[in-house]
Amino acid sequence: MGLKEKLHTFRVKNQDKKWFPVFSGFHTFLFTPNETTKHGTHVKGADDLKRTMNTVVMSLIPCLIFGMFNTGYQHYLALGEIDAVTGGFFGSGFWTWDNFILGFWKILPLVIVSYAVGLAVEFVFCVIKGHEIEEGYLVTGMLVPLIVPVDLPLWMLAVAVVFGVVIGKEVFGGTGMNILNPALTIRAFLFFAYPTWMSGDKVWVHGAVDSTGTADAISGETVLGYLAQGNTTDLAQKYDLADMFYGFIPGSIGETSTILILLGGLFLIFSKIASWRIMLSAVIGSLVMGLIFNGIVAAEWIPEYSKFYSLMSFEYWQHLLVGGLAFGIVFMATDPVTGAQTNRGKWVYGFLIGFMSVMIRVFNPGYPEGVFLAILLMNVFAPTIDHYVIRGNVKRRLKRLKNATIYPKVTEGAEALKTETV
Amino acid sequence: MVNNYENYAFSAKFAPIFDNTKVYNNMSKDIRINKGLDINLVGAAEQTTSKAVLSNVYALNLDDFHGITPKMLVKQGAEVKAGEPIFYNKSREDMQFVSPVSGELVEIVRGARRRILTLKILADKSQEYVEHKTLDLANSDADSIREFFLKSGAWPFIKQRPYDIIANPDATPKAIFVSGYTTAPLAAASDYVLQGKEAELQAAITALGKLTPGAVHVSVGKSGNSPLAQLDGVTVHNISGPHPAGLVGTQINKIDPINKGEVAWTIAPQDLIIIGELLLTGKFNAERTVALAGSIVKAPKYYTTKIGAEISTFLYASGVHQDKYRLINGDVLTGSRTHPEGYLGFYNNTVTAIPEGDDYEFFGWNKPVFNKVSTTRALTFSWLQPKKKYDLNTNTNGEHRAFVVTGQYEQVFPLDIFPLQLLKACMVKDLDEMEQLGLYEVAPEDFALTEFICISKQPHQQIIREGLDLLHQEIG
Repeated sequence: MGLKEKLHTFRVKNQDKKWFPVFSGFHTFLFTPNETTKHGTHVKGADDLKRTMNTVVMSLIPCLIFGMFNTGYQHYLALGEIDAVTGGFFGSGFWTWDNFILGFWKILPLVIVSYAVGLAVEFVFCVIKGHEIEEGYLVTGMLVPLIVPVDLPLWMLAVAVVFGVVIGKEVFGGTGMNILNPALTIRAFLFFAYPTWMSGDKVWVHGAVDSTGTADAISGETVLGYLAQGNTTDLAQKYDLADMFYGFIPGSIGETSTILILLGGLFLIFSKIASWRIMLSAVIGSLVMGLIFNGIVAAEWIPEYSKFYSLMSFEYWQHLLVGGLAFGIVFMATDPVTGAQTNRGKWVYGFLIGFMSVMIRVFNPGYPEGVFLAILLMNVFAPTIDHYVIRGNVKRRLKRLKNATIYPKVTEGAEALKTETV
Repeated sequence: MVNNYENYAFSAKFAPIFDNTKVYNNMSKDIRINKGLDINLVGAAEQTTSKAVLSNVYALNLDDFHGITPKMLVKQGAEVKAGEPIFYNKSREDMQFVSPVSGELVEIVRGARRRILTLKILADKSQEYVEHKTLDLANSDADSIREFFLKSGAWPFIKQRPYDIIANPDATPKAIFVSGYTTAPLAAASDYVLQGKEAELQAAITALGKLTPGAVHVSVGKSGNSPLAQLDGVTVHNISGPHPAGLVGTQINKIDPINKGEVAWTIAPQDLIIIGELLLTGKFNAERTVALAGSIVKAPKYYTTKIGAEISTFLYASGVHQDKYRLINGDVLTGSRTHPEGYLGFYNNTVTAIPEGDDYEFFGWNKPVFNKVSTTRALTFSWLQPKKKYDLNTNTNGEHRAFVVTGQYEQVFPLDIFPLQLLKACMVKDLDEMEQLGLYEVAPEDFALTEFICISKQPHQQIIREGLDLLHQEIG
């Protein structure tokens, strides 16, 4: 008897057990179920939610791997053990075994904790409610390690994941029912509960926190942090544009490499899994806001000593290269459950995310990043946007109703058979 | 397709003015449907017709008449003629349902609470028909035609929107719609089954035309050779595009969408033949050309048989490749499950047999897929070969989930309606929302394609059916 038959017998025998959803969750990972259609269409399309979620996870893998290399690279660079990378994306000094192995052992525990804790919470809720395990956490569990600083203590991550999954998702009814993006809920929890671990110039490079106060103290600011300090002129000496585009800069684990995020986004658009409307309009939104700020600087409406000056004068399109904006646009804003659901709504929703992200980024004095707050805010407003789009359709229907051709009942006599305009 | 809309709205608006003259007859208009999906399956019926062996027993399945509570007119054991009423609609005594053949009513199969499920008639060797006095169509008015249809058993062929039920004879429809364009997978091609039936079609159309002050809209394939296009007294629309372009609901939405309070009637073209013959000869001849299709069938082709015939009478003539399969009364998207001893449905002219898919598939959710249809490109490769024919089975390809992804249904749903939002309104039983989002315009079959591609494997057609029933019950 092969594995397939064994599992089938086991499945049939234990159908009524309390832990059945957990077994079923694992079983359906190994084998697509033998379920056949009962009512409705007799044949079904090839895609299911597992495949959809798997596609998103696949598009995140390059960012994860890059994050591992970058963790090691930023660490050794800050220690002064290696030189800055030269020679393009595949330049020497970055893709080294040392860099990778350091990042691997730093990031793997984050991934494991994120998945283990999150899935455990999901399993508990599924067993309590007796429904199947839904795949939503597959993507969330991968997103979470990519949007936190590398030195985040594991227990903090665990607490945040429990909070995010329970409050962000399960209380609303699980996958498909949540209002806020669970991964961003987790990040927001971390940000407000442990702000010292989520911002400043000590958290973005591995080893910076531990070495504080010692002779070997290292630090690493994000580009945005650097700008928020009022430095404008010598940014080019610190990082050139290629560094930002390739991702050789400090930041959250997966957010730095714009080129890989771009590739992931193109893959998601090509596979028709994520909405190109949201991505495109969010990019447009951020460019528009960036241009407005550049315009304000150019018009000299703001003095150079203003604390907003440096971020406002930051070249408008370069906002897309730094911080979490690109990552947020591609992987977070496109979450179909928490985003706008109508095609027209997606344009508005995406645009406002890009627009607000850059605005919050510039005006947030404590923390020069806005994308996660902008997306959470627009998550809340997405149903409102959809409401107005749908009302448009309803209005069109009501307008048509004015010309409705309603005939009286036959029983009311043939003479009464005249058009009535309602 | 959208730019034509204004013209249609215009003609619909002024249709009553031209009531009797029908000056817009035979003006043909083009409608192009862009959103949709053609599901190409192996086993399309070859265009040759054989005569099926006579069935011993014929049956009427009461599930075919949605929402009708039957009241029997004859007792078990009674002898009936073909076309003789055997039951009527409880809420409307003059709407009679007739026997497709002459013979003995041998069995009334009942289910829970004595609900009648199936009526079985053992056919006589030589068929006797109820002979109706034929109508002089040119000089008949709506009332006499309506009365003729109701007593002769032709009425149940006419369906109405809203609610997708048998038409209410008291209502006057704003228009009547007939789709002569076939896009559903493996369905009987209207162009083929209607050949040579011009006289019957014309008689039926002429009679139906008197029941509405509006137009009789007939849609035909743009590159087809439908006899429907040559009829008098119809507005012809040339449709092109993928499924669901052939569904009458899609055509109504593009030609003259239904508003609250309005009624439109629809009728399948193969049923026009039966009505036409009834009008011309006075006999209810339940004969129909049926497509037997699907990858399981050895020689898929057409058969002439009668409504209610046992499916095995023609299924085994073509042969089946294996013993375990799914037999469907209708097409793979909208048909109902049956078995070889089942009976041809009242409205069906397609019988499909496809493989069952009750097997596990190792890592079926992440490995590349070449042998299934998909609208995405998530390692699914049906986009590479749009013309390829697939041998799909009945596996659900995944489990039921909550609605998660958005924007997918819209790609295959050409109606000016938000499909996801309407489904959700039906699920939460929000009557206002159902009404405002356009539930009056749709039938369950309009949601078959969204159900097919649904990643969350939600039962769309069932959700819409329940929504329609609720709305009908609450608003009437």
